[in-house]
Amino acid sequence: MYPDPRVEALIRDSFFPIRIQVLEKPELMERFNAQWTPTILLLGPDGREHHRIEGFLETGDFLAQLLLGLGHVARARGKWDEAIARYEEVLARHPDADAAPAAQYWRGVARYKKSGDPAELAATTKAFQERYADTPWAMRASVWG
Amino acid sequence: MLDWREDVDAALEEAKRTDRPALLDFTAAPL
Repeated sequence: MYPDPRVEALIRDSFFPIRIQVLEKPELMERFNAQWTPTILLLGPDGREHHRIEGFLETGDFLAQLLLGLGHVARARGKWDEAIARYEEVLARHPDADAAPAAQYWRGVARYKKSGDPAELAATTKAFQERYADTPWAMRASVWG
Repeated sequence: MLDWREDVDAALEEAKRTDRPALLDFTAAPL
């Protein structure tokens, strides 16, 4: 189903993979509020949803979304270093992916949550002036500067 | 090959017990 070995390796190493055939189990679409296929939900170990990927993506964008979701799962659990590392992985490996500006934003949040230092948020605003300035994420971060 | 699970509740319980995130893939393709 995922022909790229990088995708398979990331899923195998990081997730418990569950496949739902929606024609056989349509009730699960309603239970998880899935409206369409393909839809991929990334849940924390507690079963709560932290990220959603809808529609087909090319491999780089898909990998970036999976890493972004892993960052969100770690951030929700207060695992700041792990979250920061996942977001930085998106930025380093997939800087042109749609997920990259979101990763830059949430990396700033995770750094701030870890340190309590508002300078981390201001640094994120500045980072958006240098990269991803034309994205909606730059606007969201603009109030921190 | 990935070890896909199809029993959602059993898999989520195992994910909780092993402290791993879960990936739910909703597909219309035959399994």
